Amino acid sequence: MISTTHHDTNKKKDNECLQLSDEIIAALAKFQEIELEDFQLDAKELEIFFTPSMATQVLPKLKLPGAGLLAGGKPSSLLSANFLPPIEKYPSKISSVKLGATKSEGGTRGKTFTIGGELSPAFYTFENVIPHKPIITLDVFDMEVPLSKAVKMHVKDVIADPAAWAKLAVEKFGADMVTMHLISVDPLLKDASPKEACKTVEKVLQAVDVPLIIGGCGDPVKDTALFEEVCDQFPGERFLISSVTLDMDVEKCAKFIKKAGNVVLAFTPMDLNFARELNRRLYDNLAHEDIVMDLTTAALGYGLDYAFTNMERARIAGLMGDQELAHPMSSGTTNAWAAREAWLKMSAEWEPRELRGPLWEVTTALTLLLAGVDLFMMMHPAAVKTLKDVTNYLTSGKKADPANFADWVKVKA
Amino acid sequence: MAEKKKAGLKELSPITIYKNLPKTNCKECNQDNCMAFATKIVNREIELDTCKPLLKSEYAKQYNTLKELLKPAVKEVTIGVGDKAKKIGGKLVMYRHEFTYKNPTAIAIDVTDEMPESEVISRVQKTENFSYEYIGNTLKLDLIAVRSTSDDADKFKMCVKKISEITQLPLVLVALNPAIAEAGLMAIPKSRPLIYAATTANWKEMAELAIMYDAPLVASAPNDLNALISLAKTLQAYGVKDVVLDPGTFANEGLADTLNNFTMLRRAATRGGEELAGLPLLGIPMVAWVNKGEMADDLVKWRESYIASMLITRFADALILHNNDGWSLLPTVVLRQNIYTDPRKPVAVAPGLKVFGTPDENSPVMFTSNFALTYYTVASDIESSKTNAYLIVVDAEGAAIDSGVAGRKLTAEKIADAIKSSGIESKVKHRKIISPGKASRISGEIEELSGWKVLVGPRDSSEIPKYIIDKWQP
Repeated sequence: MISTTHHDTNKKKDNECLQLSDEIIAALAKFQEIELEDFQLDAKELEIFFTPSMATQVLPKLKLPGAGLLAGGKPSSLLSANFLPPIEKYPSKISSVKLGATKSEGGTRGKTFTIGGELSPAFYTFENVIPHKPIITLDVFDMEVPLSKAVKMHVKDVIADPAAWAKLAVEKFGADMVTMHLISVDPLLKDASPKEACKTVEKVLQAVDVPLIIGGCGDPVKDTALFEEVCDQFPGERFLISSVTLDMDVEKCAKFIKKAGNVVLAFTPMDLNFARELNRRLYDNLAHEDIVMDLTTAALGYGLDYAFTNMERARIAGLMGDQELAHPMSSGTTNAWAAREAWLKMSAEWEPRELRGPLWEVTTALTLLLAGVDLFMMMHPAAVKTLKDVTNYLTSGKKADPANFADWVKVKA
Repeated sequence: MAEKKKAGLKELSPITIYKNLPKTNCKECNQDNCMAFATKIVNREIELDTCKPLLKSEYAKQYNTLKELLKPAVKEVTIGVGDKAKKIGGKLVMYRHEFTYKNPTAIAIDVTDEMPESEVISRVQKTENFSYEYIGNTLKLDLIAVRSTSDDADKFKMCVKKISEITQLPLVLVALNPAIAEAGLMAIPKSRPLIYAATTANWKEMAELAIMYDAPLVASAPNDLNALISLAKTLQAYGVKDVVLDPGTFANEGLADTLNNFTMLRRAATRGGEELAGLPLLGIPMVAWVNKGEMADDLVKWRESYIASMLITRFADALILHNNDGWSLLPTVVLRQNIYTDPRKPVAVAPGLKVFGTPDENSPVMFTSNFALTYYTVASDIESSKTNAYLIVVDAEGAAIDSGVAGRKLTAEKIADAIKSSGIESKVKHRKIISPGKASRISGEIEELSGWKVLVGPRDSSEIPKYIIDKWQP
């Protein structure tokens, strides 16, 4: 439904395992162990994933006192047992990235955000606190795009005015940041010049004081020209440039992004090898603190499982010492609306779609929140509110109160 | 705790299995040899009992060794009896990329013994009839949770009896008073409902009931894992065979502890091999309905739904919900399907020409990407409308239409090549191809490269049948 550049694809290469030939299996069956001589392993990319359990020597064990058994083997009172939290240590941490810059820092923003810095998998707060709350950015487009009815009804008055749209997103819908999608430069749409597009950026900068994400049109050549112009015109803002992909001139982009002091969003399809490759190429010119990854978001029901697992693996690998994946992650959660169940008028038992649609976006967002996403690009105000509420709950530091828990048994709902 | 013999999933090698097999290479299991069988066993693609020689008494020791080696980190517990009995737990791993999760989260919808009978019947029927077709799977609900809000044993017994007469779905009997729980069990003595729940206050009576009725029992200790583990240990020592853990589910600020408890228990079970933590986990999103105050029902349903989804992601093996509206259940059951799919299965279908119905030389030709979800959606829309048509599936490296076009995986070159190699030019007289609306950007290029006229079709495939009726002319 919505044309951003964050999309689903597959990850078929990610799970290919070493296959043993029948002869080797037969030999193994016979001898149980074989040694290969003159053996050469050809591998373009040898992937080794460490999982957290391998990091620690010993997991805390349950203390199980043996007392309490009566004759007949049945205990007469509760046996005591302690559960020791299975805390693990990780050799590495996720890098922190600062978005936006205030006047004293060389930009014009009234506020800035830092994302990343995690020391544990997402919301394992029994191990470590969450250093920075995940943040939310709302999409604004510089020309008309097809939007779902449920989304459109909230922005219809500002759809032709990006500055007003940005203001609405921040002031009314509580967006932390705004993503300015400059799709008018698309050679297949309006083919606007980068200079024209920058005028919209200027207007949005005047309208709101939050950090901005600058989105392109998806054309690798045109986007390079657009981003260069944006970096030339707005140095020091620490914009997140969305996005640089493998089929662009990565080195050139990295140079002008670095020169302007902006931040890059490294976008790859669902394959961690591509993500590593792109990050390696960016390292020539950019620091870890200048890179956010987008590993591709697919909608609930349309590949979310791949997106979830890809992100969860990337986060664990990053914590386990894979520096090339130890970056904060962004998600084009707006893609949730690509699922027909999010917007389609269905039979009465599944209605109203005005609720089903935003809940589809919420479910997509919360699933990826639990995979480790730090920055959410979202669409529907109700989905934004719920994600904000949940991240506030999860980082509140408050304990659950068990006193009234059992009330659910007799609640008259 | 007993000495741990269980090998983690990673350490288990085919050799270890092979060593304990009869090594007859008899092929009774339909595998080429015992080593091939061992490999299948490690990949959990075949059941141990398919090895017939292993079942002979002379191999009893090896059989037990293998059973122990293959024991899942989380015990599998069966609720109910017969065809609709529901297995929960049985998990081998913590993260889904390690191995396909077993036994999708069982979802229960509640009724109470104080609801009017008509409401009980309609809720039970709605739960039983819930059904959504999703890429070749029928998504269903699994259990009925019967709560005693009356605290009246006869009332509860009657209610449980009535429900058992109208549904085959297994039940969860929810009553913390053992006398009430027993009344419910007496109504369905041989049905193995899940009993909710043993607490630090009532555990002994509940344990007696679970043993007498041979039923699984929930151990409940809200936000207190020490008490929960003590309860589980005590119940097992008392003789309860199947224990399910309820660490408590809490809305709002309590969500942090809720997720932590589920995560810690699952990690202790899968990484630490702790057997008392290695029991199925029950989540209760319907706590959202407690003290709802003036809050609108739709907001409570919304909250209950997202708590359910978060717990599906964070290791819940069973859930109890109150709301049964389709709009709020659909995201939850689709997420469950997503999380429980095989993470290794390719998401692409084979490219090439697909034929729907009995098309002739004037029938419409369309193209789409080979991303499995895109293909199945398009195919089901064409099939259900009984449209006669050709569909060319283009190798877009498994990308969807919009991302394929944006990411240059679905290009005009590939589409033109696919048209040529599909052989469609000898099957139809016309040279018109319908493009997905989301690929409209590249329709001009396709025309140039293929020589075919491109008609830009609808953005969603649900509108294909109508589009063909309204617009198609060869």
